[in-house]
Amino acid sequence: MHALKKSTGRPWSDRWFDVAVYLLLILVTVVTLYPFLNVLAISLNDSTDSVRGGITIYPRVPTFKNYETIFAFGGLITGLKISVLRTVVGTILGLISASMLAFTISRSDFQGRRFVSTFLALTMYVSGGLIPFYILIRDLNMMNTFAVYVLPGLVSAFNVFVIRSFIDGIPFALQESAKLDGANDWTIFWRVILPLTKPALATIALFLAVGQWNAWFDTYLYNGSSEKLTTLQFELMKVLQSTTTNADQFRGRNMTEVMRQISPESVKMAITIVVTVPILVVYPFLQKYFVKGMTLGAVKS
Amino acid sequence: MKSMTASRKDTVVQAAAKKRSAFWKTFVRQRYLYLMSLPFVLWAFVFSYLPLWGWTMAFQKFKPGIAFRDQKWVGLQYFKELFADEQFYRVLRNTLAMSTMGLVAGFVVPIVFAVVLNEVRAMSIKRFVQTVSYLPHFVSWVVVAGIVTKMLSTEGGVVNDLLVALHIIDEPIQFMAKGGLFWYIVTASDVWKEMGWNTIIYLAAIAGIGPELYEASRVDGASRVRQVWHITLPGIRPTIIVLLIISIGHLIGIGFEKQFLLGNPLVSDYSQVLDLYALNYGLGLGRFSFGTAINIFNSVISVFLLLIANGIFKRTTKESIF
Repeated sequence: MHALKKSTGRPWSDRWFDVAVYLLLILVTVVTLYPFLNVLAISLNDSTDSVRGGITIYPRVPTFKNYETIFAFGGLITGLKISVLRTVVGTILGLISASMLAFTISRSDFQGRRFVSTFLALTMYVSGGLIPFYILIRDLNMMNTFAVYVLPGLVSAFNVFVIRSFIDGIPFALQESAKLDGANDWTIFWRVILPLTKPALATIALFLAVGQWNAWFDTYLYNGSSEKLTTLQFELMKVLQSTTTNADQFRGRNMTEVMRQISPESVKMAITIVVTVPILVVYPFLQKYFVKGMTLGAVKS
Repeated sequence: MKSMTASRKDTVVQAAAKKRSAFWKTFVRQRYLYLMSLPFVLWAFVFSYLPLWGWTMAFQKFKPGIAFRDQKWVGLQYFKELFADEQFYRVLRNTLAMSTMGLVAGFVVPIVFAVVLNEVRAMSIKRFVQTVSYLPHFVSWVVVAGIVTKMLSTEGGVVNDLLVALHIIDEPIQFMAKGGLFWYIVTASDVWKEMGWNTIIYLAAIAGIGPELYEASRVDGASRVRQVWHITLPGIRPTIIVLLIISIGHLIGIGFEKQFLLGNPLVSDYSQVLDLYALNYGLGLGRFSFGTAINIFNSVISVFLLLIANGIFKRTTKESIF
């Protein structure tokens, strides 16, 4: 019996197991990818033809008309500009704050260390809630400003702790020898720590950038009435909500105009693709970094 | 005698002074470290701690634009209103239902998926599927809500098309208009979005299991199913427990993005959660005090759950999350 098993390789139950495993993989892949391909196909399909339905993963009547139409609408261009701007600014500021804080609390000789790290850790558990925060933003005169996109979320304890656990892995001797060469803490941070922390910084940069790019609620809550500060996600949200709810107070007049030219379905799908593509382009290349960063963060917290 | 106490006092004072001067000396020496941390600490104070001050609003008949000392204090009036509001209990039910469903599905599915991924021998296939499965995590809830609505729509939505083609149903179902289905749609969307992402931690834990265990069981003639059951799953048990306890702590703070974006007036009896309730009935109607009372209720329950979770955690692992 044993010999038989050996000659045929593996027992039958294991073969069925393999079949089940691969079937599940195919299922997951299809369920994940199909919706995106479907949306892409509809966005590239003639909008009157789309109304007939039945589009799967390729356009039946291929056209770029939908994209031309949505980009002719000014709100989308403004949204694109602001979204890119907040992503760049928010990511840079977030990286600076998180890495500086991480550096200081990684230094066991820093006498403010315990205070700073406890103070930060507590921010993960205390939350005033939506309305007190709203009132605060209003009292700080940050309504209808660009600043509301990048300033309130500047310090994130989670990001600090991820970078800090990475810095902990860098031999302290490097800092000491830099000090012997006459470097102060400021120079050590920029010249020694930052270059060695690149993998962690890449992870955090990805998290920050994705968070900024995907944010819509701050636009809705604080800048909803300011057309100049609209974001891509908010524009998409308005378009999506405009037909799912009848009582929509946020329907942009201009977008309704656009929808009269091509079907609302095509508008939605085309904007969805515009919003999704940048992420699609970036994240696969950072995969090895963020997997490491996630695991690191989980071990520590 | 007198001189002795005096001299002792002197030394205490001296020691204190010495300590103080030592502090300032170090402060000066570590000025760059202070420079790199204190501004951000101040920042965190303003945006994380200062909103707590706003909790006073719940105990006042808060009117915007009036100085704090001129606000009228009303005690627990808004909390009484809150607990007397029928809507509140429906909202609480929705919050708990969706968070519990999310907790269960959000645990089981990623664990199964991680175990399955671990069994894949062909590395290139494994990597491809992993990369694909991370994708939904990175797109916004706005996009996901759009996609879900599209897939479930009665006009060319793939779910209805499939169900009709397979003769499971005769007529397309109006998924987004059925209140009874809303919780399931939210849970399924959440699983779809985060399943791949949540496997990362489990896969890391599985990678930490010694290969010699698998070797030994193979020698003993264990099938792969038995290996999964007796080696892989027990191997990641500590990880599962820690994550489960942390999630219990966050049970009530499920956010409101999905409910906001997927909900519509037809299903609002099932889609309203605590934060949305605060948003619509507090901010939307300008009832800041009432809304703050909801926020406080939410935060207090959260902290309470967190403490319970931490207590369980301490008892099971002799460690603390905090």
